[in-house]
Amino acid sequence: MKFWRKPLDLDKITVPHGEVHIFKDRCKGCAFCVEYCPKDVLDMSEEFNIKGYHPPYVKNPDDCLECHLCEMLCPEFAIFVTLKEEEKSAKVPINKGEK
Amino acid sequence: MEEPTKAIKEIHPDPSATSGVHPMENLLRMERMPHIWCPTCGIGLAVTAFTAALTKANIDTNKMSIVSGIGCTGRVAGYVKLDSFHTTHGRPIAFGTGIRVANPGIKVVVFSGDGDLIAIGGNHFIHAARRNIDMLVICVNNFIYAMTGGQVAPTTPLAAYATTSPYGCVEPPFNIPYIADSAGAVYVARWTTLHVRRLTNSITEALQKTGFSVVEVISPCGMYYSRINRLGDGLDMMRFYHDNVEIRNGEDTKNLDIGFQTKIICGKFVDRERPSYMERYNQWLSEVKGARGEG
Ligand SMILES: Cc1ncc(C[n+]2csc(CCOP(=O)(O)OP(=O)(O)O)c2C)c(N)n1
Ligand code: SF4
Ligand code: SF4
Repeated sequence: MKFWRKPLDLDKITVPHGEVHIFKDRCKGCAFCVEYCPKDVLDMSEEFNIKGYHPPYVKNPDDCLECHLCEMLCPEFAIFVTLKEEEKSAKVPINKGEK
Repeated sequence: MEEPTKAIKEIHPDPSATSGVHPMENLLRMERMPHIWCPTCGIGLAVTAFTAALTKANIDTNKMSIVSGIGCTGRVAGYVKLDSFHTTHGRPIAFGTGIRVANPGIKVVVFSGDGDLIAIGGNHFIHAARRNIDMLVICVNNFIYAMTGGQVAPTTPLAAYATTSPYGCVEPPFNIPYIADSAGAVYVARWTTLHVRRLTNSITEALQKTGFSVVEVISPCGMYYSRINRLGDGLDMMRFYHDNVEIRNGEDTKNLDIGFQTKIICGKFVDRERPSYMERYNQWLSEVKGARGEG
């Protein structure tokens, strides 16, 4: 991850990683999730879903910071994020994208 | 924030603890999905903010009722898994008042469109604010009557095209926060569908208030408003909000007019205390009974 200044407590901070789950067939292809992901994790796929829309796919899975913005910005309830399995037990001191 | 009540925890577990189930599913009637809203419509985002706010606010969802009128936004009550009422056009506030007065233990949320609440339902809106009926009104403002085909609404900006204004709208629009404020609402905020997190926070805050609270949600209607005005689809409108929204918390509600493609001022504008209708009623009743020796 790139910082505009190096945080003094960088060694103590663990950045959470999320896993994106997409219900392809619920998607109506609005691209809100792709447009507003701060880490460019998603992109629209060429594939068609059952309704004939192009759903998103996870382009850069390792970059997801579990901010849940795509989940909040999906009008179809078609995408959500969970904390990566291996990090669930670890203590995560960083604010989870809450204001 | 206090711990959510047991009811919320049960129906809406911690998202990080689930897998394969969307965390909002427990508050939605998934058997009715997909919903009717068009691709890039913003109404779904108002619903995500509302469901997120329900999990944040310390409210027992078993003691909550959602009431909608008619319109695209009027469908919301049917998709949210609370005690839902889909009522006649313009009348959700009247139904909500009835629910609240008949059973003061119920928290009422009215979720409807600008046409439903401010045009045909305009008088219910101002009088519920005047009486300070205890309810939260979430008004999705997409600047037109969407469900019936994009006619001019009392919120259509001057000069905007609609199916009934082929030369551009000539009527000055209502400024919803100003009406709510002048009529006596205790909480007034406005956000766009792009500001989902701030919108969630506002709805959470408004849910804790006692009295008439109004949250206006400016929302894209890609099908009628932006397409007819050649502004692109809902995604283009979201980009427009990104570039043209100015956040001014505490701004005087007089200054919140919305023009055609002009700056939109968002924020929390009013947060005050006034005795609610039920508080006044109960107090008055005990005074009158006391004076008559019936108490
Ligand atoms: C008494 C009555 N008059 C008119 C209508 C037709 N009608 C249905 S929805 C609607 C407008 C809804 O507009 P709005 O509340 O802004 O909701 P939107 O569809 O934009 O979300 C109208 C006029 C009706 N159903 N009932
Ligand atoms: S926000 Fe939802 S509906 Fe829109 S493209 Fe992404 S997954 Fe599909
Ligand atoms: S007509 Fe407009 S408001 Fe209605 S669902 Fe479609 S985009 Fe949304």
